[in-house]
Amino acid sequence: MLRRVIGTEVEYGITILNDPSFNPVTASALVVNGYGDGSDRISWSYDEESPGRDARGFSLGEVPIDETDSGLVNAVLDNGARLYVDHAHPEYSSPECVDPLSATLYDKAGERVMQAAAASVTRTLAPHQRLVLHKNNSDGKGNSYGAHENYLVSRSVKFGDIVHHLTSFLVSRQILTGSGKVGAEHGRTSTGYQITQRADFFEEEIGLETTLKRPIINTRDEPHADPALYRRLHVIFGDATMSEVQTFVKLGSTSLILMALEEGALDEPMKLDSPVRDVRRVSRDLNFNEPLRFKDGQRFTALELQWKFFELAERFTATADISPVYKQVLHEWRDLLTDLAQGWRAVADRLDWAAKLKLLEAFRRRDGLEWSDAKLRLLDLQYHDVDPNRGLYHKLVSGGRMRTLFGDDEVHRAVSHPPAETRAWFRGEALRRYREAIVAANWDSLVLDTGASTLVRVPMIDPLRGTQDLVEELLDASPDAATLIRNLGGDDD
Amino acid sequence: MTERERATRKENDAPENEAVQDSSSTRGEEVTDKIDDLLDEIDSVLEENAEEFVKNYVQKGGQ
Repeated sequence: MLRRVIGTEVEYGITILNDPSFNPVTASALVVNGYGDGSDRISWSYDEESPGRDARGFSLGEVPIDETDSGLVNAVLDNGARLYVDHAHPEYSSPECVDPLSATLYDKAGERVMQAAAASVTRTLAPHQRLVLHKNNSDGKGNSYGAHENYLVSRSVKFGDIVHHLTSFLVSRQILTGSGKVGAEHGRTSTGYQITQRADFFEEEIGLETTLKRPIINTRDEPHADPALYRRLHVIFGDATMSEVQTFVKLGSTSLILMALEEGALDEPMKLDSPVRDVRRVSRDLNFNEPLRFKDGQRFTALELQWKFFELAERFTATADISPVYKQVLHEWRDLLTDLAQGWRAVADRLDWAAKLKLLEAFRRRDGLEWSDAKLRLLDLQYHDVDPNRGLYHKLVSGGRMRTLFGDDEVHRAVSHPPAETRAWFRGEALRRYREAIVAANWDSLVLDTGASTLVRVPMIDPLRGTQDLVEELLDASPDAATLIRNLGGDDD
Repeated sequence: MTERERATRKENDAPENEAVQDSSSTRGEEVTDKIDDLLDEIDSVLEENAEEFVKNYVQKGGQ
């Protein structure tokens, strides 16, 4: 059965109210250290990482770890996720998941982690201070931070094919993936409201950069798996989404298109004439009637283009042996596209950008506010506040105005339990069972101290091994780390 | 399936919802009342001094 390993990474906006000496790096470190009780913290090991590897075949050499990216402030969580400080933001990287539904659940669990960490830090601050975290991508002043999607893709697919097919897919999917923003920034033409947080920041079609001159297709090629079998497609072109349905369709539709590509089921790619300009065009077209021009002279709106991709995916899925979760993806995807034709109000129960716009329009009508009013910008920010008592997304959910996919208990469980179907299960379970023996962990290995003269590294190069099915028995038969190493076939002497 | 067929199917799928909206004259007012309640609730949790909060919200660029 066709499956795909998927994970997300989100940098959260951070601020401390009433703190004149606020420093985002220090505050982010407080968040990471403030999560859990901190006393039995397992650190992340960088040994196997090489973010400078480029999918186009050349290597820039090792990218030095930024001084703000402190290796000391870095933790592995019980659910197999990584929590750390990246570029002056706290970041949650989800554990590896085996389908888009599981990846959506663990992305949502990340919000819960941040919420607990913010509350924990706030308890240590002065009474009038509060640490606030936003799952957003922009401060509205020209500074952006990312929400990345990772898809493990077969190495047999030519990277050029990914670029050609995915560019018009990503540009058009903004109508489904945006979380909405008041105004424009980064020197772009002004607008009252636009569909995405990130569109103003994309300047190139393709490239390795992630922090400046951001490209639609990012070429980072660091699979955290056997590079002969896989590449990791690192999609930096998307917004952090709070709506569960939206995150599910964002990850699921993209994974389906990649699957169709891997199976050779796609036709000739549709090439946009000026994709970088089209990114902003789509983001500002709240009624989806702006035609985009293709190199062959054809013109389609973003919505028409999404229908084309949907139909390709539907056709492919009809004959492919594929995880049933993808049927649910098609169902939600089709409903959203059908409803979008009725206008954005019809999807305000599922898409962040439409939900936020509906709220802002209600305030504008009641209070007579211009788009430039600070109150609208505050409402925009506070939509993304992870605190359930203050965040406006949470207010909409608790008022029954937005659909969710998971019960509270499911999300709660995902905070402390790893997904069963990937190596994240081994990582999380090993942490739970042999915590005192684990020295460090990263995506593809664990380092253990069994009391022998040297440390032992357990490689986990295959993301689809180390699953509950494959290793639970072995862990059950290993009461301590030394036995585990022996049972794994290694030698701990 | 063409887009028109799709739209028709969607209409056939959800005739009840539309009928409810069309036949109830009081429903519009109820919806407004409910939205006003929500706006009031949001006003009560909104950060104080929007101007100040927005001005001070400056992030370092990330990825």
